[in-house]
Amino acid sequence: MTLITEKRTLLTVITEAALEPTLLRELDRMGVKGYTVSDARGRGNRGVRDAAWDEAANIRLEVICSRQMAETVLSEWQMRYYRNYAMVAFLSEIEILRPEKF
Amino acid sequence: MIDVVVLFFLLGLLAGLARSELKLPAALYDSLSVFLMMAIGLKGGEGLAKQALAPLLPQLGMVILLGILLTLLAFALLITVGRLNRPDAAATAAHYGSVSVATFAVGVNWLMTRNIDFEPQMAVFLTIMEVPAIMVGIILARGISKQTEWGQLSHEAFLGKGVTLLLGGMAIGWAAGPEGLAPIKNVFFDGFKGALALFLLEMGLIVSRQTSELKKRGVFLLVFGLGMPLLSAVIGLGCGMMMNLSIGGLTLLATLAASASYIAVPAAIRLAVPEANPGLSLASVLGVTFPFNILVGIPLYHWLATQFTGGLFA
Repeated sequence: MTLITEKRTLLTVITEAALEPTLLRELDRMGVKGYTVSDARGRGNRGVRDAAWDEAANIRLEVICSRQMAETVLSEWQMRYYRNYAMVAFLSEIEILRPEKF
Repeated sequence: MIDVVVLFFLLGLLAGLARSELKLPAALYDSLSVFLMMAIGLKGGEGLAKQALAPLLPQLGMVILLGILLTLLAFALLITVGRLNRPDAAATAAHYGSVSVATFAVGVNWLMTRNIDFEPQMAVFLTIMEVPAIMVGIILARGISKQTEWGQLSHEAFLGKGVTLLLGGMAIGWAAGPEGLAPIKNVFFDGFKGALALFLLEMGLIVSRQTSELKKRGVFLLVFGLGMPLLSAVIGLGCGMMMNLSIGGLTLLATLAASASYIAVPAAIRLAVPEANPGLSLASVLGVTFPFNILVGIPLYHWLATQFTGGLFA
């Protein structure tokens, strides 16, 4: 049996928890249908972010959408946040079921 | 004799510096801060129910001015003497113009342990002083810029966790009065010191993580982090003298003036002034000023308050 799948893009952003409300508002404004946010911790060039308290907390934000939408979101955020915030973002090609959902 | 709650802070600090495995869950830290703010609000509200509120209005105006003045003063010092760039100076100034609930709680505990009374409106002052510094700091950093989302920002500043809990607690305490509060008294009032002790244990751990930034800019952070609260405390005492506060009230207003925010302000400033380095402000606030205030500052401000009322002006 083969599943019928379609290609979509997964946009993953790991950034400061302080940005969460702002980023989610912008996603809504740009018309993204859904997203997942989880707490994250790790280490990067801005030091250890161990989520021990609010100021050192990171989030991992995942959005499944069309390639075009993912690029729009990512280029806007790159312009706006890369310089001053701890932010790592990447795209991956994934296969999904239920294409009408994404 | 050092207060027992402060010993918990020292334990956290030592454990953190020794890289102990000790770690409190983030959810516990959040819960304790909710509990402490609610308890402070309830206690204040209970006291306010016993007195007329209208005479307090001019005092509220004065503490707002105090918050603005301290922010401007810190900014001027940081720009001229500290030679910081504008965003860093404005961001750090906003931290120092605002207040720290944890420092206030330690001050309340210090006075309660010694059976020294203070005015119930101190809880109102705590709430009110949190906000103006944020606004002034942002204006100092960017001017009154159209880019700043003022609506969004004031929503977060006025309806943030701290202000909501403190004002909400005060409203409940005021409406319920001492009799209404009796059923929850043993949780919120008798449990206050225990919760504060645990909270300070975590604060010790947080402070211990500021060492790397402190090593980088140690001398400057040390001088400003110690000098600014002393200066602010004296200005706060002067402001309190004009309001005819009791010695307990003077001590707490000096403590509020000397304290620096590390919750509400960093969150708001991070978004509104992204180019400021948050590590710099926090190292100064948490690495130097917070420990200084709870270890040395509060008893010192109390001593100064007794000198001001007893000696100089009596």
